[in-house]
Amino acid sequence: MSILDLFKRRTSAPVARERLQLLLAYERQSRGQPDLVSILREEIMAVIAKHVQIDQDYLQVSMDRGATMSTLEIDIQIPNKSAAPLAMAG
Amino acid sequence: MGKVVVVTSGKGGVGKTTSTAALGAAVAKTGKKVALVDFDVGLRNLDLIMGAERRVVFDLVNVIQGTAKLSQALIRDKRLETLYLLPASQTRDKDALTEEGVAEVIARLRSVFDYVFCDSPAGIERGAQLAMRFADEAVIVTNPEVSSVRDSDRIIGLLDARTMKAEQGELIQKHVLVTRYDAARASRGEMLSIDDVLEILSTPLLGIIPESQDVLRASNLGAPVTLSEPINIAAKAYLEAARRLEGEDLPVVVPFERKGFLERLLGRRAA
Repeated sequence: MSILDLFKRRTSAPVARERLQLLLAYERQSRGQPDLVSILREEIMAVIAKHVQIDQDYLQVSMDRGATMSTLEIDIQIPNKSAAPLAMAG
Repeated sequence: MGKVVVVTSGKGGVGKTTSTAALGAAVAKTGKKVALVDFDVGLRNLDLIMGAERRVVFDLVNVIQGTAKLSQALIRDKRLETLYLLPASQTRDKDALTEEGVAEVIARLRSVFDYVFCDSPAGIERGAQLAMRFADEAVIVTNPEVSSVRDSDRIIGLLDARTMKAEQGELIQKHVLVTRYDAARASRGEMLSIDDVLEILSTPLLGIIPESQDVLRASNLGAPVTLSEPINIAAKAYLEAARRLEGEDLPVVVPFERKGFLERLLGRRAA
């Protein structure tokens, strides 16, 4: 290690502090609330089931949390056989 | 009616058991009757830290299941006659503790002792929740390090939601006890500072225990560090923390490391 490295060295504590503050702001928000993703999943399932018969396993809901924006991904697979809309019958 | 204090942290290995023993012995030294209860069923260690491992006959689970009386399971400390230990059992059955059982044991201890310290297991599962369930106050043991602080924050959330007091709409008093604090590393900006930890957790400080060989030595000997003679800096910090726990208004002095000549010469900045 050269003498210059001593001057260049950046301290890690401020980085730790910043990372923690960001993370905990998040975790505190979501704490206490029932799991958002599973509520969404249930309600989306109910809406779709009104019109199309699908299996629970064919609906995937996931949430990707980012620092400024989060994305909600909904993946629904409707098998061709049972895709006949229920509403048509009535 | 005695006060029930849970010593908790979320993260393992931060010093819950050591702190339970040290704080409990410090309070017992003042003449108060103190019971230390080990909630770490399956992985008990408070008996070892207290140097009572060879005196355990009955334990918390025996008392709850009715196979032993509370008075049979309580072990009186050999050094302090006001200090007692209720060991955890080594059973692997996770469900050995029931909420009703714990409620009854705590209620009976509370009626006899001035202070009941509950040493929580690590984690946020059932065992940790039962340890905090009937507490009036909580000591959150935190190391100045990211994962420990994050877990402490989680535990603070649980204390505010899942304790009996919180459910009855009362406030559970919480204190942060920073352990393994290394003043030299903190002054070089390599470790979260006390201010950082307190600001992030926004919980009052009970004390700062410096990283010290004396703590390890006390564990090796099976004696709480606060009973060691002569009094070392870790013991002093715990003794002061215990006085604050009892309500004394005692300022906390952040330990500092004098900068070496070379460091000052090079002007390495503290963050």
